[in-house]
Amino acid sequence: MRVKALTLSLVFLALAGCAGPSLRGTGDLGVVVERSAGRLALVETTTGSLLDRIEGLGDLSHASMVFSRDERFAFVFGRDGGLTKVDLLERRIAKRIVQAGNSIGGAIGQDGSWVAVANYEPGGVKIFATATLDLLADIPAIGADGKRSKVVGIAEAGEGRLIYSLYDAGEIWLADLADPRQPKLSKFANAGKLPYDGLVTMDGRSYVAGLFGEDGLALLDLWNVEAGVKKVMPGYGKGAEPLPVFKMPHLRGWAAAGDALYIPAIGRHEVLVIDRRNWTEIGRIPVAGQPVFVMARPDGRQVWVNFALPHNDTVQVIDTPTNRVIRTLKPGKAILHLEFTPKGDRVWLSARDDDRVTIWDTKTLSPIGSLAVEKPSGIFFTVRAHRFGL
Amino acid sequence: MPSSMARALALALLLSASPALAQPSAERQRELIDFVRQDCGACHGLTLKGGLGSPLLPQALAGRDKEGLIELILNGKPGTPMPPWKGLLSRAEIAWIVEYLMSGAADAR
Ligand code: HEC
Repeated sequence: MRVKALTLSLVFLALAGCAGPSLRGTGDLGVVVERSAGRLALVETTTGSLLDRIEGLGDLSHASMVFSRDERFAFVFGRDGGLTKVDLLERRIAKRIVQAGNSIGGAIGQDGSWVAVANYEPGGVKIFATATLDLLADIPAIGADGKRSKVVGIAEAGEGRLIYSLYDAGEIWLADLADPRQPKLSKFANAGKLPYDGLVTMDGRSYVAGLFGEDGLALLDLWNVEAGVKKVMPGYGKGAEPLPVFKMPHLRGWAAAGDALYIPAIGRHEVLVIDRRNWTEIGRIPVAGQPVFVMARPDGRQVWVNFALPHNDTVQVIDTPTNRVIRTLKPGKAILHLEFTPKGDRVWLSARDDDRVTIWDTKTLSPIGSLAVEKPSGIFFTVRAHRFGL
Repeated sequence: MPSSMARALALALLLSASPALAQPSAERQRELIDFVRQDCGACHGLTLKGGLGSPLLPQALAGRDKEGLIELILNGKPGTPMPPWKGLLSRAEIAWIVEYLMSGAADAR
């Protein structure tokens, strides 16, 4: 009996010895992009700590990522056209391919079986199997004008679909990927001039593309695509000379609180507040500069905003019940991105030129910690695995 | 003479030939190099090989009129996301950036 227990515990020890990092979940993990070093910092939100680094990801400027449904793998889209599958538990690259010359972002399918990459060069979308990164489909983005277009604003659109915009051609394409090897495309031409990014709303119902070439947004109701693309907030600049935009806003960090949607204006130092029941304007909130990310705390009570040059040292907090800026923070040099913990108790900010990520308490609006990270840009927590659109 | 030194010398000569343009200080040059990679790179790619904005590598700019490029960067390209930089950078700084981009020094990093 004693002997048996002893052997058992020995076996157990041996197993534990080769199992690597001890058993753990991934729901509090995240990844910070160290964009100049081509490296990822693996972080953990429970204790606000840096766990490890994963190297060898190529050019990570503007890199973004999505997570597998089990929150174990990150699929990282690099600027150099690289698609890298990273194992967060084993803390290593599971597979890496270079699939295009220049890519901008991607999305993972509703059932988690495919991952789609949007490419600038050559303009188009490629679909890969998440398990193997084998190519399933290649969809060149050739607009009605016959020219190849850069692809922006890619998002998972529910019911096995994928949606994206053609920057040069001004079109929105919806791809039905019920059979990912045989995409069925619905194309919406004349969606608007120079769409620069797009989002699917938190409820998964609407696709909104921001337009650089005109004042307004293009909207497609994913529950009723036959109705086609509509313009919302047309002429929101009301003829005023647009202010220079030193960095393109991102819509993906979109925000909603109740029926209100918060979207960065372009060429105006304002956050637009839109009623998502009828897509009319509720108001505009004057802010410190050209907004880049406008992100809601998960409960919608606050919206945090960062800015383009020369205001990229500033972050403002909007109180949504009153739609007013309640705090202006100077959290560091070149604040590139922000991400909330799953229930929003903390927000992490990346300060590129300070080589730091700072962690803030969203209740007291004060900093509670920081991590040394080299030239941090995007911060991505695994909770994204279960959000519509991503 | 190593080619990078030759390039730097040519650059200094060229810039000193235009009296209105004072060469940015050595420290400012370092800041500008960072600025080009990080802030121009936000649209043109960190390695400047293109993004939403066109590639800014020497091959892409070869044979282009320098004054034309300086004007374009000062005033932006209306109707496209290329913004006017005149509020943030001086003409002398932009002239230096154009030389820097065309010389391939940015590429070498
Ligand atoms: C907000 C995005 C953005 C930023 C930031 C930006 N550019 Fe551009 N730039 C563009 C776009 C888009 C074009 C292409 C315009 C067109 O459609 O012709 C462009 C074009 C150019 C061109 C013309 C290239 C050619 O082949 O004609 C030059 C030169 C240029 N940019 C330099 C710069 C420099 C230098 C900086 C930094 C000081 C900078 N850009 C920052 C978006 C940007």
